[in-house]
Amino acid sequence: MNAMNMPAWGIWLMALGLGIFIVMIILSLKKHRGVHRSLFAWPYSLWMIVFTVVPLFLIAYYAFTDKAGSFTLDNFKNFWDSNYEMKKQLIDMGFDVSAMELSDRGTVNVDTLVYSLWMAFKCTVICLAIGYPAALFMSDRNFKLGPTLIVLFIVPMWMNFLLRTIAWMTLLEDNGIINTLLESLGFGKLRLMYNSNAVLLGMVYNYLPFMVFPVYNSINKQDIKLSEAAMDLGADEMKTFTKVTFPLSIPGIVSGITMVFMPSVTTFFIPRVLGGGNTEMFGDLIERTFLTADNWNVGSALSLIMMVLILFSISLLRRVDPQGEGESLL
Amino acid sequence: MKKLSILFLAISLLCVTLIAGRAEGVVRVYNWEDYISPESLELFEKETGIKVDYMRFTTNEDMMVQVRTSPGAFDIVFPSDYCVERLISEGLLEELDYSKIPNAIHTSDWLKDPSYDPKGVHSVPYMWGTVGILYDKTRVNGPIDSWGVLFSDEYAGEVFMLDSIRDTMGLALQYLGYSVNTREPNELMEATKLLIDQKTNRIVKAYQVDETKDKMVAGEAILAVMWSGDAQYSISLNDNLAYSVPKEGSNVWVDCFIIPKSSENKENAYKFIDFMCRPEIAQMNCEYIEYSSPNDAAIELMGDEYINNPTMNPSQEVIDRCEFFHDINDFLPTYNTLWAQVKNAK
Amino acid sequence: MTKALKRFYLALILLFLYLPIVVLIFQSFNAGVSRAKWEGFSLRWYVELFRDPSIKKALWVTVSIAALASFFATILGTLAAIGINAMKKSSQGTMMAITSIPMTMPDIVTGISLMLLFIFTRVDRGYFTMLLAHITFNTPYVLLSVLPKLREMSRYTYEAALDLGATPGYALRYVLIPAVRPGIITGALLSFTLSLDDFTVSYFTTSPLVQNLSTLIYSEARKGIKPTMNALSALMFITLLVLLLAINYRSIKTNSNK
Repeated sequence: MNAMNMPAWGIWLMALGLGIFIVMIILSLKKHRGVHRSLFAWPYSLWMIVFTVVPLFLIAYYAFTDKAGSFTLDNFKNFWDSNYEMKKQLIDMGFDVSAMELSDRGTVNVDTLVYSLWMAFKCTVICLAIGYPAALFMSDRNFKLGPTLIVLFIVPMWMNFLLRTIAWMTLLEDNGIINTLLESLGFGKLRLMYNSNAVLLGMVYNYLPFMVFPVYNSINKQDIKLSEAAMDLGADEMKTFTKVTFPLSIPGIVSGITMVFMPSVTTFFIPRVLGGGNTEMFGDLIERTFLTADNWNVGSALSLIMMVLILFSISLLRRVDPQGEGESLL
Repeated sequence: MKKLSILFLAISLLCVTLIAGRAEGVVRVYNWEDYISPESLELFEKETGIKVDYMRFTTNEDMMVQVRTSPGAFDIVFPSDYCVERLISEGLLEELDYSKIPNAIHTSDWLKDPSYDPKGVHSVPYMWGTVGILYDKTRVNGPIDSWGVLFSDEYAGEVFMLDSIRDTMGLALQYLGYSVNTREPNELMEATKLLIDQKTNRIVKAYQVDETKDKMVAGEAILAVMWSGDAQYSISLNDNLAYSVPKEGSNVWVDCFIIPKSSENKENAYKFIDFMCRPEIAQMNCEYIEYSSPNDAAIELMGDEYINNPTMNPSQEVIDRCEFFHDINDFLPTYNTLWAQVKNAK
Repeated sequence: MTKALKRFYLALILLFLYLPIVVLIFQSFNAGVSRAKWEGFSLRWYVELFRDPSIKKALWVTVSIAALASFFATILGTLAAIGINAMKKSSQGTMMAITSIPMTMPDIVTGISLMLLFIFTRVDRGYFTMLLAHITFNTPYVLLSVLPKLREMSRYTYEAALDLGATPGYALRYVLIPAVRPGIITGALLSFTLSLDDFTVSYFTTSPLVQNLSTLIYSEARKGIKPTMNALSALMFITLLVLLLAINYRSIKTNSNK
């Protein structure tokens, strides 16, 4: 018995895939124009169906069923009123719920979602505000170090993200490096950690490079002649930027926003480490519902809501960048 | 590029064979984070030739999900009392054959017939301890002998709470004078309200589990709710710290060895339990993790240093005012919902 | 804005990005265990690193999964890109839509949905399931880095090769693949890095028995990371940095030779 433990169906599936693939290759090698190239996308389509589409249906299945497997909307009701499941259970056990002081905190799930969206929004705005100028400066053609610097933006991402976040803890703690430094300089200590600002800092830190790359690429690939032409036609530096460089970098911005906003909404771990577990984000909520509360049905409903929300915001962003140019800027 | 991909494949195949090529005799142990002396594991491997695959968890709740969803993955698990009770009722635990665990006779009398597992049919105690308050003697303004200090403004912003549902709800219930195993929703809601107020009044600094140990040593907070062994660990690294079990009572708990029914190496699992129950091994583990030992022979070996340590060896009077957790399965959704309210209160 | 000010701004951001990393590397030389206290310089943790079996095992898991996953993802993704590029506009749209699902899906949903799949089909989670998951999230990135290169080349190059008597296999090998090689390499590297650093998806798709570095760190994180972890990441970081700078240097050199 070992951990690899490949199941029988896995072997069959792989053998089948391999078989199809070999037949295809042989056909394409032998016959002139025998096989259409689109067949090459088959293994991929099959893979995506098994490992992306089917799992999504599973989430939907759990979201719309109860523990016994019959159809229900309770999991979504539980999203709006987080006391819903509890009330139902207590009524089943014969308690009079109406007499109880259930507190007005039935909005835990909605609150968490709103809070996560708000945090993600702030994170995206800050990343854009900090990252855009950085990308702009680095893509300056007269700046020789630019290409090297952009590489230096990627490098931190190769250090494990959990470790980087924990390193921030060492810096921000009440007895951490920054506070020790402040104290030795004669300033008082600051409460830098255990609050949502620290969480925000952690998020900006982790997602900033995702904003800088696409913007850098979109500015960098612009034809230098465009801005030169603008200058020749009498535009000053400011005007060249607002009328030429900036509009042409919009696909990069859209791509950057998508790449920062999406992961920020579902951030987890960072609130636990830097926020001292005082605030939960939607990612933490989903994780806790699955792995601590062991409630897959409610957890799936939460995941589904999350998915829909993200697809919605992406389709909004697509309107700004209808060609989806941003996507190739990765 | 071709060479590169061949190299890639070769490396990965090598890795796979290295991982897959494991010894025949294994025992897969699923234990709390940092909860056994590595030396004892080495000794076990050396003596029996059985390889230990060691895995860890951080809360009982996480562990239960894994045990349920990965049958066959574990041979030995270390759940706490109420989880033993839960796992028994779900029919997941092996009935133990005590003829294969001769060293189990060293178990202290008061744990031979525990309420969570009558007659110890399914479990052998590994360690036990209490929940209490670890505090910085130099920064408190009076005796720390009541859960009340956690809820007063006096130490606002200087309190670490446990990010663990039963423990934290439990202490709030006890402060209010209720049982930790209450089945009265109103009492639970009262406790929840207490915890929410504590949080919204900015008394709590953070909810954490294992990270508290090191942070208390570094002086990050004045008060912290802690398990006795973690407290002892911190005290031994920082003389300013002390531990107390509040007068309202607290929770006494036992972590046990259990063998899941789905275990694929039961014989090895028995050998493992028996080995760990040996007096000198139990002593080694007790001295390493600094919790209280349920092993009389090991206690005898440790002598006065253990017996005179109030954190590790609380008096009978302290134990008497403590309560075991019991399985409250049908109340779990309620607990989870109320806990979510606490964690998200602003 | 003056040049100096711009450089100062960039320096400030880089300081922000590198501060925690410097702290981390610094700590790996700390003689003491605690994160909080500096107890003198020592290489103790680097020595212990090579003794710790769980770290060694996690390192193997991480590297082998990254290598295997990027290998399979590269094959799958490159073929898919070639296939999709040859499709009609409408089917291309469908394929791109399917591709965009995993890319827009938050990691946590990807992880959970795969966990549900494995539990539902009663596959024990472990090394194999983690590998499948990594291939799944890597492939779209390969696809998207190869596809633009294919679009850049004329559609008729391939046809011309066929007209000149090449078999499709020959044309694939000697015409298509060489033209998109930079895209393939980018995709492979990208998926290798993504795999190395992945935490969320691995966390949900593996069992506690098979841990990669990220999940190991996560389970240790709560009680405070052992400095051995810092030592390991410092080593990995330096290795990757040297590698990257070498590649960068090479590409600059080849560019200037052209």
